[in-house]
Parts: sequence; C-alpha cells; structure tokens
Amino acid sequence: MRRTNQIGWLFVAPVLLLVAFNALIPLMTVVNYSVQESFGDNVFFWSGLQWFEQLLNEDRFHAALGRQLMFTGIILAIELPLGVAIALCMPKKGPFVPVCLVLMALPLLIPWNVVGAMWNILALPEIGLLGYGLNAAGIDFNFTQSPVDAWITIVAMDVWHWTSLVVLLAFAGLSAIPDAYYQAARIDGASRWSVFRHIELPKMKRVLTIAVLLRFMDSFMIYTEISVLTGGGPGNATTLLSIDLVKKALGQFDLGPAAAMSLVYFLITLLVSWLFYTLMTRGEQ
Amino acid sequence: MARITLETLRHAYMRNPRAREDFALHSVDIEWEDGGAYALLGPSGCGKTTLLNIISGLLRPSEGRVLFDGEDVTRRRPDQRNIAQVFQFPVIYDTMTVRENLAFPLRNRGVAEADIAARVAEIGTMLELDDMMDSRAAGLTADSKQKISLGRGLVRQDVAAILFDEPLTVIDPHLKWKLRSKLRELHQRLRVTMIYVTHDQTEALTFADQVVVMSAGEIVQLGTPEALFERPHHTFVGHFIGSPGMNLLPARVAGGRVTIETGAGDPGHQAGAATEVVGDTAIAVANPAAGDGPAEIGVRPEFVRLAGEGEPGLQAALVKVSDTGRHRIAETRVGRHTVRLLVAEGQGVPEAPRLVLDPARTFLYRDGWLAGEAR
Repeated sequence: MRRTNQIGWLFVAPVLLLVAFNALIPLMTVVNYSVQESFGDNVFFWSGLQWFEQLLNEDRFHAALGRQLMFTGIILAIELPLGVAIALCMPKKGPFVPVCLVLMALPLLIPWNVVGAMWNILALPEIGLLGYGLNAAGIDFNFTQSPVDAWITIVAMDVWHWTSLVVLLAFAGLSAIPDAYYQAARIDGASRWSVFRHIELPKMKRVLTIAVLLRFMDSFMIYTEISVLTGGGPGNATTLLSIDLVKKALGQFDLGPAAAMSLVYFLITLLVSWLFYTLMTRGEQ
Repeated sequence: MARITLETLRHAYMRNPRAREDFALHSVDIEWEDGGAYALLGPSGCGKTTLLNIISGLLRPSEGRVLFDGEDVTRRRPDQRNIAQVFQFPVIYDTMTVRENLAFPLRNRGVAEADIAARVAEIGTMLELDDMMDSRAAGLTADSKQKISLGRGLVRQDVAAILFDEPLTVIDPHLKWKLRSKLRELHQRLRVTMIYVTHDQTEALTFADQVVVMSAGEIVQLGTPEALFERPHHTFVGHFIGSPGMNLLPARVAGGRVTIETGAGDPGHQAGAATEVVGDTAIAVANPAAGDGPAEIGVRPEFVRLAGEGEPGLQAALVKVSDTGRHRIAETRVGRHTVRLLVAEGQGVPEAPRLVLDPARTFLYRDGWLAGEAR
C-alpha cells in the first residue's frame, strides 16, 4: 500500500481555499441558479436546461452578442495598429522617454466610471466641448439620440482609454530589440518597411499576443464606462452583453436566465481567448 | 573594393566633449590598403567597434574624414558606401528561411533572381548550410545563426570591404578554427579588404597580414605579426601581444647611459632571497637613448637568457619555474621587479641566476612609446 504524505495538504490548503472562495464557489452558485426557477423568498424549483435553450433562441441575446462582437472587433482594429504606430514614433532613448511613458499611462490610471462621466460631459451637445463644438461647426451630433453618434462616442472613449496599454506593451517589445538588428538592416540595405516587417513585428509578436488577449477580454467584458456614458442607449443601440446581463439580473431580477447567460458569456470569452492564443502562438517551438 | 583612409578621426558619444576621456577615439589616422587582411586588436572598450562602425557608416565621426579611394564618404549611409559588416552576436530575420536570409542583402539591391540563386547556393555550400537552406532561420542553433550572419556579409561580391566585429564569439572552438580558415581562404580568393576586430591575439595573428593594435581610443601600432612581436612601438603592444608579455623595468637615462632602477633595499622586495642587487645596472638597448630622464626598458621573455659561467649579467633571484605546455617560464626578481624568461626543457635554473638581455631586442620606452621612433 502506498503511504501518502498527509502533511502536504496543509501546504496546498491556503491556495485551495483562496481559489475556492475566489472562483469556484461563486461560479458554482451561478451554475446552481442557471438550472433553477425562482419566485423570490428563496424558493427554487428545478428547471433543467430550460434557460439555456431559451437564451440561445432569444433575439435579444443574439443582438447583444452581435453588438458586443462588433464593438470588440472595431476597437481591436483601431487600438492595435494605432498603439503600435504610436510606440514606433516614441523616442527610444533620452529625457523624453519617461515623459512619454507617464503621459501614456495617464488614461490607464483614471477610474473607469470617471472615464465614462468625462466622456459623457465632453460629448453632451448642449455643454460638452466635443458635442457643442461639433454642432457649432455645423455637424449634427447627439449621442443621446443617434445610435451612430453613440457608437462613435463609445469607440472614441475606449480608444482614448486603452490604446495606451497597447503602446506600453509594444514599446516594451521594441525596447528589447538589440541595436545590432537595426545596424545589420542598415548594412543589408533594408527599407523602413522591411525593418518593420522582418525585425520589429516578429520581435513584438509575444507582447502583441498579450495585448490582443488583454484588449479582447477587457473590451468583451466592458461595463462601467458605457453604463455611465450611454446606459446602453439610445434604445438598445449600445447595450452590449454585460449591460444586457445586468438589466436581466438586477433590472428584471430573472436570476435563472441571467445565470445561464453569465455561463454562456463566460464560455464564449474563454473560447475566443483560447482561439486567439492558439492562432497567434502557432509555429513557435 | 577600395582603399580606405581615415583622416584625424575623433569620436565622442557625448554632445560636448572636453576632456580626453570624453573621447572614445582620439586622432586616428590610418590607411587600409585595398585587398588587405587586417586584424584590429585591442582590449574590450578600447574603441575597436567604434572605429569599425565609423568605417561602415553606422556612426558619423565627431571630427575627421573617411575616404574610400580618395573620395570623401564621411556623410554617406552604409548602403551608399557599399560595405558589409558582420556583428558579434547573430542577427537573423526570424520571418525568413535561411535561403531568404542570405538573399536579403542582394534582393534589397535589385540583383537579378538568377544571380541571387547562384550566389546564395555558393555561400550556403561554403558555410555548410546546405541541408537547412529551406528551414526557418528562427529555430536554429546560435552556431548556425552566426553562420547565416557571416553568409549575409559574404554574399555581396562588389563590396568595398567586409568588416567583422568579433564574429566568432558565439561559435564552438573547433568550428571557430574552421571558419577562420574559411575566411582566410576566401580572402585569398576574392582579395577584398577585410577588417577583423578581435581581442584575441591568436585570432588576430592567424587571420591577418597586418595587425592594428588599439589601446584607449588610439592606434598604437600597425604592422605584421612579426613586427609587433619583435619591435613593439608601445609598451601596451609589448604586454598585450605575446604570452607571457614583455618584461618592463623602470630605467633612467643619463648622458646616453641607460640604467635599470632595481629598487634595491626596498622593503617590498625578496629580503630572504639568496642575492640582493645593490645599485643600478647599465643596460645596452637597441634604439637611441638620447635625452636624459626617466624611461622604461622592455624586453620579451624570449630574448632574455641565463648568463653562462663567468659571463656578466643582471643579478636576479628565482621565484619559480612554471610549465605552460608550450614553454617553461622562469619567473625571477630583479630588485622588486619581476622578469620572466623562457628556459629550455631540462635546463636547470640556479637560485640566484644572472640574466642577459639581448641588446638587439631590448628597447627603451618613454611615456609608453618606443624612444626615438616617429609615431
């Protein structure tokens, strides 16, 4: 018979407890809600996979998921190239490096609800610098009424808030390239584009993978800023998944359907992150 | 191919250099003959790489001019100078195969595809990269990556010069020897100017026809390996080249007579040794000893021998005899200074030997430089 080292459990216990209270128990509570029906008063009935079936056939969910994918797609398509471009333009050494880095980090340090409030005020057609300015310049702009204007505002806000993160990551990747690479490229007569394509981009690949994953996950779960800025409106125009989920869970108090939606939401995030990671690290040994 | 002339080059990495120490290079004047195989030898931080980067155009000198065949190229970029350079650590383009890596410098210059293919195949075979030509360069060992870097330096046929900046640092010892012979062979065949930077004297002496020795930002001697060995122009060359290096003894010149200051009676010297040297000893030197004042005597261990029976010599005290495999080296003390000499296999060394310094190979140095020699 094999003797096991019982004392070992003591060493693992703190981590197990932490993970349990931090992740496993809340997740299991959600799983528990997702297969039950509740009428308040802590009375629950077994409902099987009913909420999942309902959710997957629901137009409201499809629309929110569609908007979510569109939002994440747009901001990734803007923030990644823009972030890399800004990082390439930053000075590589000298006294301006720390200045640039601090300026870049500023948006990241602002609390998320404050970001939402700032952009709300900025874009208001009556008083905001941006909203009033655009209207004064003859461009009809009102994010509280026009869905297109609302989308422009939330995308602009997210780009302003998060491009810095991509810049900082890309800058770190660029700083790690030894000078000899640039020197060799000059000797080999490489064009600026070749240097970017064959030296800078491949050397930045690892940090860009991290940037894509972080920006995908964060933007896919965005709630606070949009909730403060548009509250999901006008109508449902900017109701992304998390806003829809909160409406369902807290607005309508449909605990079961909201729990089912949380799980599906979680699985989609996990699956797409895995897909990105697999695709971007393919061909590495 | 071109003759490369450097005129009164100075370079500082800071903006407003004032003191001598601010300069990485001071006053370098040198001419590299077309088709020569040169080694640029010196300790780390002496300005070798700076000098190389100025020749290739990666750096613009603070002062002075760079001429290729008499034409001023100081302000031209590396691609306009048409020069190849290989760096200390491998640089490869991760996105490309080995073949594409080797072809890259040619493609950028718009060479015809057929010529590229032929040239790349030739270089690949020469560097024994044949079986990996179509694999991605990113996954290879450091050895192979450095061979690719070398290959990119060698692939262009019309270059003014090929510069190597300690290219074999990361290469395995046995392969190092082989690649160095390859480069040598290639030089014989192509007759293109090659400048090879190294801090390893064996590497410099085996690769080059002419060796340029640098120290603290200046060139101290340019010459054949034999000249550097037999007549070092600077004490630095004396102790940097040769193993063990040149013996240096403080001396004094008075009225054409050179005496070694043996430091007798100094508490630091071997008090218990059998013999103590008292007073100063006159020495014959090969170069003119005009002008009075303090100086240094330099003589290589190869040119010091034990005095025969009854023959006059410099009185010394034996410290130890060690065997390096190639020679036996006797370490002795003359006053408080160490003098090393080579002794033959089986030759006995007395406890209190008398040393004879070959007068044709014993030199007088002033402020480090060979006395009476134009710099």
